Amino acid sequence: MSNRTIRILKVLLFLAALVPVAGIVWQFQTNNLGADPVNTLTHETGDWTVYMLLASLAVTPLRRLSPKLAWLIRFRRMLGLWAFFWATLHLLTYVLLFSGFDLPGAFTALRAGDLHTVVEDWKAVWPTMVEDIQKRRFIQVGMLAYVILLALAVTSPQWVLRKMGGKSWQTLHRTVYGAAVLGIIHYWWLVKKGNHAPMKDTVVLALLLLARPATKWLQDRVAARRKMNAATA
Amino acid sequence: SKLATVPGTFPPVSDPVTPQGKATSYNNFYEFGTDKADPKANAGKMHVRPWTIKIEGLCNNPKTVDIDALLKFKPLEDRTYRFRCVEAWSMIVPWVGYPLAELIKFADPKPQAKFVEFTSLADRSQMELPGGFDWPYKEGLRIDEAMNPLALLTFGSYGQTLENQQGAPVRVIVPWKYGFKSAKSIVKIRFTDKQPTTTWNDMASNEYGFYSNVNPGHSHPRWSQAHERRIDASVFPKTIATLPFNGYANEVASLYNGMDLNRYF
Repeated sequence: MSNRTIRILKVLLFLAALVPVAGIVWQFQTNNLGADPVNTLTHETGDWTVYMLLASLAVTPLRRLSPKLAWLIRFRRMLGLWAFFWATLHLLTYVLLFSGFDLPGAFTALRAGDLHTVVEDWKAVWPTMVEDIQKRRFIQVGMLAYVILLALAVTSPQWVLRKMGGKSWQTLHRTVYGAAVLGIIHYWWLVKKGNHAPMKDTVVLALLLLARPATKWLQDRVAARRKMNAATA
Repeated sequence: SKLATVPGTFPPVSDPVTPQGKATSYNNFYEFGTDKADPKANAGKMHVRPWTIKIEGLCNNPKTVDIDALLKFKPLEDRTYRFRCVEAWSMIVPWVGYPLAELIKFADPKPQAKFVEFTSLADRSQMELPGGFDWPYKEGLRIDEAMNPLALLTFGSYGQTLENQQGAPVRVIVPWKYGFKSAKSIVKIRFTDKQPTTTWNDMASNEYGFYSNVNPGHSHPRWSQAHERRIDASVFPKTIATLPFNGYANEVASLYNGMDLNRYF
């Protein structure tokens, strides 16, 4: 596939990834975020983090299916960065909305130049978050997953890869599996017992993880056969 | 349909009432699905007529009563209560009903009866009944709790009969407890001498105690209960402090005199 086509496809993928962002903005504009928008936004941003992570993890097994799909790798970084984007929004909904921080009030205060109110409100919600991080394991695994995604996003530019060296860069970026697994654990630990909502994401992640040894085996077998054919020819 | 009511015995809470559209579109009613939008989408399949409620167990007047007879048994009052979900959101809902105590007096429990158990409808032809639960849904109260004048046998909200997703045709509202204690779509009321097994307590006893009184001092394992998001007319709910017994301490705190509320949470 030519570089030009790839560039066009990248723009299209970027635009497609903007659709859910536009969807949430539209929900907000039309007052369609439901009775508890804090809950809706937390769930939607969490869902899209997982979807983008799963999409980025699908790249390797897909391209192993055929040498003709090698170009798929050119889109993986963008998918990973979208996962990081959603994870950041997810964290922000927790810090700025779920925590009880009065965000609309803070905007009003800021417009009036009243920084004091904002700081006081922040001081009021901060202890709850500290307690969450100290006590609640679903928050802990979620935070850890975010730290991983942050490290991967920061080291994603080409020049960082060159600076780090391919080997250590790859080792670091393999922790994306950890982030995905932690993200799914975070989901299971936060829903009530009996709620099987995280099951679909779990099954897809499991398939994507299993697809790696499976496609590797397939690849090796094809290579071995080719070698044998070459030897007997 | 509209219900004829008389003014309630308790003054309505002064906080602004939650818009009806929000109160009837954001519900936990797991029989119809685990998402809070599911009950509204799926509860239309439930038939709320004909409907009977079986009164049984340790009482002198066991009986199967028809919903329409029950509806006319006592004058219906308007009761605007705070409603606090265990998930840390809350609403202000104008309920319609009469004291649960009236029905209990009618059933005439025997002296050895100490608890009341409520059983909700569980019918696969009308409900999703997701796996992992031991359906039917069961809830329970101590008899003195159930006799408290705040405990409401509820037939309506916003001056109208309950929407199916709210637990039509009849439910209880126990406003000083987390919402899940207020059983919906009741088909059976049983008097027992032992504390009944209740659905959420049975699912996860470390998360949902039998009492489940609203208590800002006792955290849920996954979140603090000190605050709640009040769902009102504004787009983003405001976070406010949660009150002990959901603000009904004057009326109910004495029920728990001498009890360690962190142990009996």
